[in-house]
Amino acid sequence: MNPQRAVAVGLEGWQVQAGFATGFSGRIVEFVRLLRVNHYRVGIREAIDALRVAQCVDILDQRQLRWALRSLLCSNPSDWKGFDALFDSYWQRQSTGAIELTVSGRIERLEATAIAGRQAKTVNATDRRREEAGSDALRVGASAHEAMTRSDFRLAQLHENTWPLEQWIQALARRMRKRLLRRHHIRSLGHRIHIRRTVRRSLTYGGMPLDLIYRERRRELPRLVLIIDVSGSMNAYSYFFLRFARGIIDAFQNTDAFAFHTRLVHIVDTLREPDRHRLKEKLAWIAAGWGGGTRIGECLQAFNREYARRLVDSRTFVFILSDGYDTGAPELLGEQLRRLQQRAKRIIWLNPLLGRADYAPIAIGMQAALPYLDLLAPAHNLESLMKIEDMLLRL
Amino acid sequence: MRAFADTEEFIGTLEQAGYIAERGLAVALLLMAQLKRPLLVEGDAGVGKTEIAKALATAHSCELIRLQCYEGLDVNAAVYEWNYQRQLLAIKMRETQASSLAEKERHVFSEEYLLQRPLLQAIRRSQSPVLLIDEIDRADEQFEAYLLEVLSDYQVSIPELGTICAVSIPHVVLTSNGTRELSDALRRRCLYHYLDYPSYEKELRIVLRRAPGIDERLAGQIVTFVQKLRAQELQKRPGTAETLDWAAALMRLGVRSLDATPDFIADTLACLLKTREDLAAMPPTVTARLLAQSV
Repeated sequence: MNPQRAVAVGLEGWQVQAGFATGFSGRIVEFVRLLRVNHYRVGIREAIDALRVAQCVDILDQRQLRWALRSLLCSNPSDWKGFDALFDSYWQRQSTGAIELTVSGRIERLEATAIAGRQAKTVNATDRRREEAGSDALRVGASAHEAMTRSDFRLAQLHENTWPLEQWIQALARRMRKRLLRRHHIRSLGHRIHIRRTVRRSLTYGGMPLDLIYRERRRELPRLVLIIDVSGSMNAYSYFFLRFARGIIDAFQNTDAFAFHTRLVHIVDTLREPDRHRLKEKLAWIAAGWGGGTRIGECLQAFNREYARRLVDSRTFVFILSDGYDTGAPELLGEQLRRLQQRAKRIIWLNPLLGRADYAPIAIGMQAALPYLDLLAPAHNLESLMKIEDMLLRL
Repeated sequence: MRAFADTEEFIGTLEQAGYIAERGLAVALLLMAQLKRPLLVEGDAGVGKTEIAKALATAHSCELIRLQCYEGLDVNAAVYEWNYQRQLLAIKMRETQASSLAEKERHVFSEEYLLQRPLLQAIRRSQSPVLLIDEIDRADEQFEAYLLEVLSDYQVSIPELGTICAVSIPHVVLTSNGTRELSDALRRRCLYHYLDYPSYEKELRIVLRRAPGIDERLAGQIVTFVQKLRAQELQKRPGTAETLDWAAALMRLGVRSLDATPDFIADTLACLLKTREDLAAMPPTVTARLLAQSV
């Protein structure tokens, strides 16, 4: 990069500073940083490569820089789709101040929704507190532990400290993993000879197969996809379901989670939040519900269209956690479930209302869904969540 | 370093090799040679991901080595394997010879008995070949992790022989259909290109290039129709490969123009739509409407 080119670039209308070399490199590094803030998986190595690339492209041709950086810095389709907008907003602004604004604007928006969510939650919580103060007395158990496993999640939410319960949920997910692995191990003890290794070993004995080697089946955990209803009617449960999803995500490598009400949202990244207080807040925002009814059919359609091909295969268990109150067309729900069923190994519908003695799945949505489910099970307390594990083993 | 000055020239070379590339892709391919990094190409089925590697091999006039991934692909099938039968025979034959045991073993585990699989072949060529690792998403995570190691060090270690370093660094193209999420580590290791469905102009050029002798007007109609079809709500959208199949089928039937022989569309629609649901979703009335918009 020589001064002559700096002038040429200036003519093109780019921002040129006195110390061009450091200025341009600085801009590249800053651009990489901008991408990082926007959740691109780029680090120092990418920044160094970006500088190398910038040296060999014809910087008079902005498109070349764009294409080269795009190949270098993107790593998945969503990066790819967002890249042009970020590139334009960064390189076509005159001052860098505007960029900082874009970034901080994003954060501010996030905070605004957070506050709204928090307010919504407080309102809901107080309502319920009044409403269900009476039924609280119904809980009688031999021990605190039993009370905790048996009590309905909707009651638990009233208590200030839900941490012990959350820890239980977390431990439950870990235990599920352990037992599934163990089951796989037992299953893999079948006796099939690994010919190649047996022959290989027999070389020691001049070709006589003395040591037989058995084939070990690869351990494969099922892949799980959780689709969680966070609509208004699920308000009392969705926080715990999200917490459960977090436990599952920690314990199983191949897991994905979505939340829906009228729209489907991919929430795995949110669920991975390491800090437990921040996680709690975030989950509370999601669980606070966004109102406006439930469109299970449409959300599943969106899932089938955009994610199913990538996430669901013949080893996948799809969990739908919902009460089945659907404001959309039941035919659509049935049709989408049918499609999903063709792809997935099993579809399991967990319905918290099943835990109530007087409930029968007669909601139209539930009726439309029933033929395509491999299992419909209650999920209103810890005990019912624990049973899922047995069901997974049997299915 | 002015590696990108000749982008236009490179596009020309690719076109001669039978591949119409947009400039973004050409830059990515040049960048790949420059940085000696693999290129990960993603996109829907039939948009020409595999073709990139073939064209690249022709453009660099070098060999193409292909590794097709599948579930359960392991090191023995991808990197190397000992030729056990020959080893056993050699042991039997040398039984009576008076050489020491160590010597016999060294003989049996020499390169003579080594079967080289694609990954090993690719790093032992004197001229860099193009290594196509097709549908990496079908392989298991274990293999992906192993591949990552090979792609960063370009060396393979064989316990009986020692470490084999790359003679030349191959041009690696990985393709993925997105049936499984790839690891972040592999994604970061690679350059990335997302191949979308081609634009009208690009697809028209592809059809004219790959279906020689096709009537230009018919080609235009075919491409418009397919582009309209892609905008419909379908389970599997037709890719460029399907367009070419359809063009070939229509030419074989002697079709000169789509509007003159609308019946042929229904008859040959199976070239474009590959599931029963999609075929059912496109009854003659719908295709007639799309056709009316296309001609």
